[in-house]
Amino acid sequence: MQVPAPFEYERATSVDGAIGLLERLGDTAKLVAGGHSLLPMMKLRLANFEYLIDINDLHGELGYITFTADEVRIGAMTRHREIAESAELATVFPIFADAEQVIADPVVRNRGTIGGSLCQADPAEDLSAVCTTLGASCVIRGSGGERVVPMAEFHRGPYETAVGPTEMLTEVRFPIRPHAGSAYEKVERRAGDWAVAAAGAAVWLDSEPRGSRGGTDSEYDGQDVVLADARVGLAAVGPNTVEIPSISAALRGQTPSEELYARAGELAAQSCNPVTDPRGSADYKRHLADELTRRALRRAVQRATDQVRS
Amino acid sequence: MQVTMTVNGEAVTREIEGRLLLVHFLRDTLGLTGTHWGCDTSNCGTCVVLMDGEPVKSCTVLAAMAGGHEIRTVEGLAAGGELDPVQRGFMNCHGLQCGFCTPGMMMTARALLDRNPDPTEHEIREAISGQICRCTGYKNIVESIRWAATDAAGTRTTLEPVEAQSVGSAS
Amino acid sequence: MTTVAEPQTARETAFVDNDRHPVGHGRMLRKEDPRFVRGRGHYLDDVQLPGMLHLAILRSPLAHAKITAIDITAAQAHPRVKLVVTGAMLAEKNLAWMPTLSNDVQAVLATDKVRFQGQEVAFVVAEDRYAARDALELIDVTYEELRPVIDARHALDPDAPVIRDDLKDKKDNHIFDWETGDKDATEKVFAAADVVVTQDMVYPRVHPAPMETCGAVADYDPIDGKLTLWSTTQAPHAHRTLYAIVAGLPEHKIRVISPDIGGGFGNKVPIYPGYVCAIVGSLLTGKPVKWMEDRSENLTSTSFARDYVMHGEIAATKDGKILAIRTHVLADHGAFNGQAAPVKYPAGFFGVFCGSYDLEAAYAHQTAVYTNKAPGGVAYACSFRITEAVYLVERMVDCLAFELGMDPVELRRKNLLRPEQFPYTTKTGWVFDSGNYQATLDEALRIAGYDELRREQAAKRERGELMGIGVSTFTEAVGAGPRKDMDILGLGMNDGCELRIHPTGKATVRLSVQTQGQGHETTFAQIVGEELGIPPADIEVVHGDTDQTPFGLGTYGSRSTPVSGAAAALVARKIRDKARIIASGMLEVSVADLEWDKGSFQVAGDPGKAVTIQQIAMRAHGAGDLPQGLEGGLDAEVCYNPSNLTYPNGAYICVVDVDPGTGKVTVRRFIAVDDCGTRINPMIIEGQVHGGLADGIGMALMEMISFDEDGNCLSGSLMDYLLPTALEVPAFETGFTVTPSPHHPIGAKGVGESATVGSPPAVVNAVIDALRPFGVRHVDMPLTPSRVWEAMQGTVQPPI
Repeated sequence: MQVPAPFEYERATSVDGAIGLLERLGDTAKLVAGGHSLLPMMKLRLANFEYLIDINDLHGELGYITFTADEVRIGAMTRHREIAESAELATVFPIFADAEQVIADPVVRNRGTIGGSLCQADPAEDLSAVCTTLGASCVIRGSGGERVVPMAEFHRGPYETAVGPTEMLTEVRFPIRPHAGSAYEKVERRAGDWAVAAAGAAVWLDSEPRGSRGGTDSEYDGQDVVLADARVGLAAVGPNTVEIPSISAALRGQTPSEELYARAGELAAQSCNPVTDPRGSADYKRHLADELTRRALRRAVQRATDQVRS
Repeated sequence: MQVTMTVNGEAVTREIEGRLLLVHFLRDTLGLTGTHWGCDTSNCGTCVVLMDGEPVKSCTVLAAMAGGHEIRTVEGLAAGGELDPVQRGFMNCHGLQCGFCTPGMMMTARALLDRNPDPTEHEIREAISGQICRCTGYKNIVESIRWAATDAAGTRTTLEPVEAQSVGSAS
Repeated sequence: MTTVAEPQTARETAFVDNDRHPVGHGRMLRKEDPRFVRGRGHYLDDVQLPGMLHLAILRSPLAHAKITAIDITAAQAHPRVKLVVTGAMLAEKNLAWMPTLSNDVQAVLATDKVRFQGQEVAFVVAEDRYAARDALELIDVTYEELRPVIDARHALDPDAPVIRDDLKDKKDNHIFDWETGDKDATEKVFAAADVVVTQDMVYPRVHPAPMETCGAVADYDPIDGKLTLWSTTQAPHAHRTLYAIVAGLPEHKIRVISPDIGGGFGNKVPIYPGYVCAIVGSLLTGKPVKWMEDRSENLTSTSFARDYVMHGEIAATKDGKILAIRTHVLADHGAFNGQAAPVKYPAGFFGVFCGSYDLEAAYAHQTAVYTNKAPGGVAYACSFRITEAVYLVERMVDCLAFELGMDPVELRRKNLLRPEQFPYTTKTGWVFDSGNYQATLDEALRIAGYDELRREQAAKRERGELMGIGVSTFTEAVGAGPRKDMDILGLGMNDGCELRIHPTGKATVRLSVQTQGQGHETTFAQIVGEELGIPPADIEVVHGDTDQTPFGLGTYGSRSTPVSGAAAALVARKIRDKARIIASGMLEVSVADLEWDKGSFQVAGDPGKAVTIQQIAMRAHGAGDLPQGLEGGLDAEVCYNPSNLTYPNGAYICVVDVDPGTGKVTVRRFIAVDDCGTRINPMIIEGQVHGGLADGIGMALMEMISFDEDGNCLSGSLMDYLLPTALEVPAFETGFTVTPSPHHPIGAKGVGESATVGSPPAVVNAVIDALRPFGVRHVDMPLTPSRVWEAMQGTVQPPI
């Protein structure tokens, strides 16, 4: 098996300690959390560092999912499995449960963290797409204090983030708005593979469905409600996961319908910039941007409607 | 640097390089060769061990990162010399052929059953989906884990596996 | 021939007492499992020797380049490095090149130029594996890039760079042309046929990727001159002979040990440069040296499979009688012709492309070429290229069904060989031994509920849902082989078995074949147990060590049961013959008056007068006279030369669902009915079939070793070379028929590769059947979502 080049191992036991180590060691050091992206790259010697700072002991400090009336906060060291298993999170943002089903595999999900996922800044990374879709903001801490960066500014290109060399991502925040629904759709060549393309959708309904009838009618008939807001985030079809503002503009104030989803899909296909690779052709990925946008919106609206009705 | 961890219930302390992978620590430093490795990129899952009861890929955990934690390997699966139901299930249902992925599969199965004593076929397939087997086509692995589940629940109807049965010497 | 179909419920009721302890054939738990489930298997990387050093190989980053300089001084200066060796240094010892199994040569370490990305350039021996890997970074190689040949279709272009300029007078990239069948007769049939369908198809390059990679530990003892080599080999005896030839070491001073093997699938048949490097490393350091390749080395440099560009033609009457098949194949063998196949069969057993059908004529022409890619070609449970042949014919039959508007089952049924036609000689000269193909197909249709599936499909099509049903009715040819026709580098493809019955009636059986998970320790104990009535638990099976076992060519091409299994049965019968004579002395009757009752001889008409095989064994070794002229002891040895190959067959049905919006294929069901003749251990047979079906689904849907135009391998890790997980394969449904092989001592035909050979076309046929509303007749593997969607759009291109 391939093995990493030599490095010094340091273990941080607090966020301040980790930042202190980064300041002392400079850019020869790298933080490692779950390690499932970083260590393989180091084994293949695509990445080398003089120091590796293990922040797994920060799980106590940064492993949490907390809820307030208007916000969900997830600590950067929260592991995928914890996100997948949070029933409350699944209620507020079902998109997380969708995505966590298809991120790598269950054993990797035992170790991988949301912070690691975001800091990897892989354009095909699913949680990044979820955060993009939900309009998350990232809390970055340095010795000078905290700053909050919106997701749109967090990724600065493939494998590049707004986190400075002596800073770390500590938390991701998600605004809660009423009457929400969300969903994630991904096509992969095989379980555990990176996305060929993926789309997340989040919608917020305007008000109570006008014709809230209850009953046995499980299919949303599309005539009841208006979209107060909607967001779509795409993965693997550009240099970073991206949110498509034109879709939000096109959907806002509209009544959900197949025609509307088709319009959104069309915008997604127009807005993305995929490349041909062994996962699929650019044409196919563009098609998926369309198809998966439609599917994600359809499910997100269905969920929002169900929630409002229940 | 020095690392101390618990492996199969025993505290071990060794002097190691910071970059030493847990799988090499177990295999080369401690001689516990039941844990295998099969790739460079955390994809094959032959190296799965339990860390604090959860399956992890030991090729993607530094030995240093395991410091202070509890590791359990296939060598620690049989408690007091008695085979774990998972081990008996794999033998009874032909859940292994070359045996290379088997330790990792069994460790994941053990952790699954600890959390979910009565998993469905799909839950089993999902649980082992980060681990590759090239021999069995997975069907008998799934059956082996189901066997172990029903064994623990006392609802199994098939008989015990028998490892060897001999006849007496000539008289 | 009798055909027996056991109901599937047998699987659930299998472990009854009789079945658990069969004295012979039957569903018996494996003898090897107690060590494996305890983590006590002993694989190559588990070998630890005192003072052992570790070897790592520097490989070429380029597909085609001249080596102009190598600087190893920095690596030599590394404090934990013991040895650094380059091709030039090997050349001084005449070890820079080694023979391949196809009578070509391959560089152990490149001397003049590199010919594929991943080729071995230098090696380092160091105190530990981490240091060895570190030192590779310190070797500085200067390359002068050359234009590579990546697309086999352009390998013979007049301006193509010559890859093998090491070969004297070599002016092109041509390896061989080969043909079989009757070209003119086939042309006549085609000219007169009502219907001719042609189809181009690619069988992409794939890789066996066993979970354990390849490796070796070489331990040369300079005092007694003995080399012990632990290596991941499926053929320890053949390897020993070749090492004797390559390294000039005396054969009796080489011991090859093949420990537990973590899967082979043909990947561990060839000799790789790494094995030779380990030997050289030990010779030069006087210490044991371990080389264990990593996954990227395994995927980029060891034996691949397939890489066939095929043109198929099928001729038929308009009512669906298949008349002839014709094909041209362009075979990409990579930079060195390293395929492992019998010497007289450069295209392997591709000649069985006539399939399971009664044809009037057939013809194949194959051209093999060098390219700047890793060498190999015969691997991945392919039965010497039968995988490619079966894919061709089973796809062509479906293409014909498509054009005729016939149900593919109906078309097959019309053309399958009938039981009374066996032994049947194909138009390419293969003599099929036995079969009842209709019965096998019927059983598959019964398990599948074929008619109901077709009704379901019709209803779904009405709703715009895409469901497909694919069929494959294939014939394998395994058990190579008769020594008059088949050898590898001059070594006849026979196998030995030695059986020793100890005084207390326990037995040791020694085999020349080598298990990689097939369960030989169980199956061969059962074969001997069946013949002698000794419980398999009392029979120790020894294999994988040339010092301990008789000579033979090893395990690949599904040959263990057909060849070594025959040897095991025959050697047991030899023992039984001798035991009968001893028994006649013990019971004081003539041998003619003795009846064999599995485990004992009894006097005819007086069952109370009997001696057991255990009693006979004690007498054979004990005091007291033996019948006149009889030597003491109860041992025997057989080297088996098969009179023909065996021809297992099967009928497979695959059911898929395709997502119309994404092209994603889900294999919902897979029904496999195999006829491998006599079934020694049905549990193990089913396991072999399950594994092969997963392989077939993997190849059909996701596996492919691909390259960019510069020859960079794009599939060098398991992140990029996708293997199926438990979520991509269904719970397989298996069934069987039994038509014993008439020439095999126990009628067994072998089954190890049947499913890998037979399943890919069933999957592809199913997906294409699902795409019928789009008018799609063919799509090349791998059927990734992208490629399937492109097929729906009419834009899909071959994968290479």
